[in-house]
Amino acid sequence: MKPLVRQIINLLPAVLALVILPACQTMDAISEVGAAVGQGAGVLTPQQAQSVKKAGSAVGKTFDSITPEQEYYIGRTVGAVVINQYKPLANEEANHYLNVLGQTLAQFSDKPETFGGYHFLIMETEEINAFSAPGGLVFISRGMLKCCKSEDAVAAVLAHEIGHVEKQHGLQAIKKSRITSALTILAVESGKSLGGEDLAQLTEAFEGSIGDITSTMMNSGYARGFERQADQAAVTTLQRAGYDPRALVSMLTEMKKYLKPGGRDFAKTHPAPDDRIADVEKMIGAAAAVPAPVARQARFAQAVGKI
Amino acid sequence: MRQIKRWMGTVGLAALTVVSAWAAAGKMMSVQVKDAQMRDKPSFIGKVVGSLAYGDRVEVQESQGAWARVSLPGGTAGWLHTSALTSQKIALSAGKDDAKVGASGDELALAGKGFNSDIEAQFKKTHKAIDFTWVDKMEKIKIPSLEIQTFLKDGGVVPKGGAQ
Repeated sequence: MKPLVRQIINLLPAVLALVILPACQTMDAISEVGAAVGQGAGVLTPQQAQSVKKAGSAVGKTFDSITPEQEYYIGRTVGAVVINQYKPLANEEANHYLNVLGQTLAQFSDKPETFGGYHFLIMETEEINAFSAPGGLVFISRGMLKCCKSEDAVAAVLAHEIGHVEKQHGLQAIKKSRITSALTILAVESGKSLGGEDLAQLTEAFEGSIGDITSTMMNSGYARGFERQADQAAVTTLQRAGYDPRALVSMLTEMKKYLKPGGRDFAKTHPAPDDRIADVEKMIGAAAAVPAPVARQARFAQAVGKI
Repeated sequence: MRQIKRWMGTVGLAALTVVSAWAAAGKMMSVQVKDAQMRDKPSFIGKVVGSLAYGDRVEVQESQGAWARVSLPGGTAGWLHTSALTSQKIALSAGKDDAKVGASGDELALAGKGFNSDIEAQFKKTHKAIDFTWVDKMEKIKIPSLEIQTFLKDGGVVPKGGAQ
């Protein structure tokens, strides 16, 4: 006999087709009525009817049904995949500096608390790149750090990545069908640990989700709107913390000199720096420039100036 | 008359804001992060007065901006940033009743269900080349509040507001 989840997934369209409701009805209501009709017509056992009700309620759900704890596990694996592609830079001083700066900035973001917190790591590559995994694991390449001529510029890159975490852009790259399938398994199954086939199916949905996120981050890039949101979040975070948001413009200007058209880095996954500069300048407006004392520049040069 | 209308509009708006405040006083909420620190004032520079764990139910005493003063029933009170809180209940141990509620229930989140350490273990089994050592190392890096305060001060970074 087929496991219950498979049966339910197969039965769902047929049972729901029994019900004709106005288009404005929610999936919840449809599955509720569907379950009742199915049971009344003798198509479903009471146990199956109960499951159809719950499976139906999983259909309308999106990425925001992913709990912070699950976001954390997705982020860990996305992070591991990023690390597998790029070697970490084993420079304790530089990585510590990045974490002090990054964790400071995160406190000024709209989402200072995530399930596992924000953590930062330098990748040993000349490629100009930066990534953030859901939940707050942030990666920045040595090539990108070389485009930063001040602590404020590094802060701008980190604040942009924190912006992607805050707005959950990674999770939004996951195909909806995977979320539906994962939630259906969870809704139908009892709270006990999952059996063989369900565990395999859930792992498949997990692998698919990781693939959706990493391929978006590393290959296709986020939509222009998401990059703009991350830039806006960065400007806000930088201003609150007391860093100069214009450093984002300086960093983009510097980056422009090094980006190679057709490269496998930022050039591929991000809008042209000129477009972003124009947008960011509008966001900053007439805000007063923020002076950077000598001590700030000195510690930046000491920690990451020579990597 | 126009003055009065304007005044009434302001009061109405203020009342609406109070009513719709997310972390409203008296509301029960859950801690949705692995561990959270309660502070003696609504700021990360506040002194830590207590810790909370994932799933802890707390009562909101008052709120200020993105911060809420919360307390464990009969326990310590302290300020917490609201990004650490959710309106959902979090069931920490899975039981047979969970099936009735469903993991997609809007009012209840089941801790440890879905994408969890079991799924990560399954993933690791089939993707042996992907090493989690550095992810584990990264997660251990937690900068203490005092170091952050010193960092801001030494670098002449003067916060203008926000979560602090």
